[in-house]
Amino acid sequence: MRRYSVFAIAREAMRHHLGWERAWASPEPKKRYDVIIVGAGGHGLATAYWLGKNHGITNVAVIEKGWLGGGNTGRNTTIIRSNYLQDPSAAIYEKARSLYETMSQDLNYNVMFSPRGVMMLAQTQHEVRGYLRTAHANALQGVTTEFIGPERVKELCPIINIDGPRYPVLGALWQARAGTARHDAVAWGYARACSDMGMDIIQQCEVTGIRREGGRVAGIDTTKGAIDCDKLGLVVAGHSGHLAEMAGFRLPIESVALQALVSEPIKPCMDVVVMANTVHGYMSQSDKGEMVIGGGADGFNNYTQRGSFHHVQETVRALVETFPMVSRLKMLRWWGGIVDMTGDRSPILSKTPVDGVFVNCGWGTGGFKAIPGSGWAMAELMAKGTSPLADPFSMTRFREGRFIDESVAAGVAH
Amino acid sequence: MLTFECPYCGVQADETELSPGGEAHLTRHGPESSDEAFEGYLFLRENPRGVHFERWRHSFGCGKWFLAARCTMTLEVFGTYAAQTTEPPQDILDKITGRRPGWRRLG
Ligand SMILES: Cc1cc2nc3c(=O)[nH]c(=O)nc-3n(C[C@H](O)[C@H](O)[C@H](O)COP(=O)(O)OP(=O)(O)OC[C@H]3O[C@@H](n4cnc5c(N)ncnc54)[C@H](O)[C@@H]3O)c2cc1C
Ligand SMILES: [Zn+2]
Repeated sequence: MRRYSVFAIAREAMRHHLGWERAWASPEPKKRYDVIIVGAGGHGLATAYWLGKNHGITNVAVIEKGWLGGGNTGRNTTIIRSNYLQDPSAAIYEKARSLYETMSQDLNYNVMFSPRGVMMLAQTQHEVRGYLRTAHANALQGVTTEFIGPERVKELCPIINIDGPRYPVLGALWQARAGTARHDAVAWGYARACSDMGMDIIQQCEVTGIRREGGRVAGIDTTKGAIDCDKLGLVVAGHSGHLAEMAGFRLPIESVALQALVSEPIKPCMDVVVMANTVHGYMSQSDKGEMVIGGGADGFNNYTQRGSFHHVQETVRALVETFPMVSRLKMLRWWGGIVDMTGDRSPILSKTPVDGVFVNCGWGTGGFKAIPGSGWAMAELMAKGTSPLADPFSMTRFREGRFIDESVAAGVAH
Repeated sequence: MLTFECPYCGVQADETELSPGGEAHLTRHGPESSDEAFEGYLFLRENPRGVHFERWRHSFGCGKWFLAARCTMTLEVFGTYAAQTTEPPQDILDKITGRRPGWRRLG
């Protein structure tokens, strides 16, 4: 692999940019791999990457039914933060956030990580108490966050209306090293690095069956034929229940649509990410100038990647209240992704009832931020059978009543 | 936008009048049950790609719960029926197999 650098740019400028290589190879599948990962979203690719980097396992294939990064990884609003309440969540999300800090250098690929700061507004007394509690928990967990007052909120983000009619801003939970990154670049950067380690990334290849022999995984059936493997990682977000069914077990997952939209590009007007969880909307500005907007998930099971219009109306109404200036913006694009929701709204990184099959799913509405840490933990789990970051998230927790309840704790998605 | 006919008041209710309530026909388990059964009741769901039997409440209408059969891949609604049923009624099943020949109920 030729490295990207300023010298490479200068060299290519001299010869009409004819020397750029393809970023990753597109081989036909081999007969057998040590490890197969299903799903070339961020979590699947990061798992493959750390299997190679940390554990020297490179006879790996990543199988994707569409194109890599075309699932939720390419559909999200890219918020990265680690200010969770529960210790296991803070550990894995903070690991991920810290890996984002050096990801561009590690991958030699610009993922445009922008630690511009994320602000979660407190607009009720309940939220003030909740975020104070989170700030204290974060201090104990070694995650740098602080609770700030309304004046500081206004200073950091002048376009906010802090004395709105229904929900005046009473303060905010502020994480200065949180922010955003370019979602496609995260998938592409990992794919390039995996390909460089000799791994096969196989796109346009759907997994249609999982073969077992004596309670152990033997391989998979795909639209490009059967492939054998020693270990299998299922990392397919909203489609996890479907793949689990192929392997003969069930998961506590329900799939629903989550939507987002972006406005026409405008001049720079906000350089932080703001989440308003009481009124249910959040917003940031992309480098192109578009306002990137998201809200809550729809409430019913759905695989259509198309959500309900009234949810978008609710989100936009909330944002107009919080940021009156957006009321005149035209919206450019609007889309949905199918997110995988668990009972306690925390992810699952786990062994399964089938020997050699592992799952990584349940990231729901907020897994982009977790990609590097999740891959790190999943790779360790698959290589060694145990991982301090992953173990609390095993699927047995639902039977054992050992929930990692962020749905109440964080009170919000993303 | 999703539209369901409320089996009680007979109106065509659109989604904004309704609240979704998750999978229908769950077998309830209580304090004497095994951990497995309890986990299944509380957390494990069919989550099918296709026909889903589910609960809805006519929140901003008559306020009552009812059940519906709907496709999660196309959002097509096959029909609605009263909540006081433990199994989907035959006419709903017929309607589904009419639209989806070869379809079989999971579980
Ligand atoms: C609108 C929206 C906004 C979001 N905003 C944020 C945010 O601001 N911050 C944040 O942290 N998170 C956010 N998220 C959540 C985040 O996008 C996801 O948690 C994360 O991208 C999940 O990554 P993944 O790799 O697990 O799944 P995906 O990227 O969905 O990858 C799974 C892959 O598996 C493939 N697949 C499925 N079935 C098969 C099969 N049978 N065979 C082969 N391949 C298969 C799919 O094609 C897909 O490419 C948002 C999500 C959405 C939809
Ligand atoms: Zn009614």
